[in-house]
Amino acid sequence: MNKADLITRVSERTNVTQKVAKVIVDTLFNKMKESLQKGERIEIRGFGSFVVRNYGGYKGRNPKTGEVVDVPPKKLPFFKVGKELKELVNTVKPQEG
Amino acid sequence: MTKIDIIEAIYEKVGFSKKEVAKIVETIFDIMKEHLTREDKIKISGFGNFVVRNKRARRGRNPQTGDDIQITPRRILTFKPSQVLKAAINRKETPPSESSQV
Repeated sequence: MNKADLITRVSERTNVTQKVAKVIVDTLFNKMKESLQKGERIEIRGFGSFVVRNYGGYKGRNPKTGEVVDVPPKKLPFFKVGKELKELVNTVKPQEG
Repeated sequence: MTKIDIIEAIYEKVGFSKKEVAKIVETIFDIMKEHLTREDKIKISGFGNFVVRNKRARRGRNPQTGDDIQITPRRILTFKPSQVLKAAINRKETPPSESSQV
């Protein structure tokens, strides 16, 4: 499922037009993105939480040339699945071990 | 931030009551949860992908007691942030005031 599919389903289930559903879904993800940009934590009850983690810089190597390169410090978003969703996802067992 | 902040942002853009917006936001997360539970991945361009992965059974260890245990096969949900989101988070204009250090 992609964002367009999500918009369609939201529109079907809530009786809002596709156009309005698009504004709503876009605003939702934009707001989450803005929040992460500010380094804020996002908590969605029943779904999960997002945090921004800081990673220090280090000296890495270009695997092709062996050259030493400076990897600068960076921030990465990290998603922690909520307990409820984690259990829901796991209710459908993998087909084979 | 929580759902309330998302509801507020949407409320400012559409002509619905906060109660109606809250219901729609709830529906969005419900649809995503159902999809991840029954089917598979969700790709949100500009944000990231939610991916369900099947994990096989494997031997593990209870870190507290050191006992050998069997970890049952399971399905787990992971989030892979998009390049756009990663770039946005690392853009310099945001003040580094947070204490969300690992």
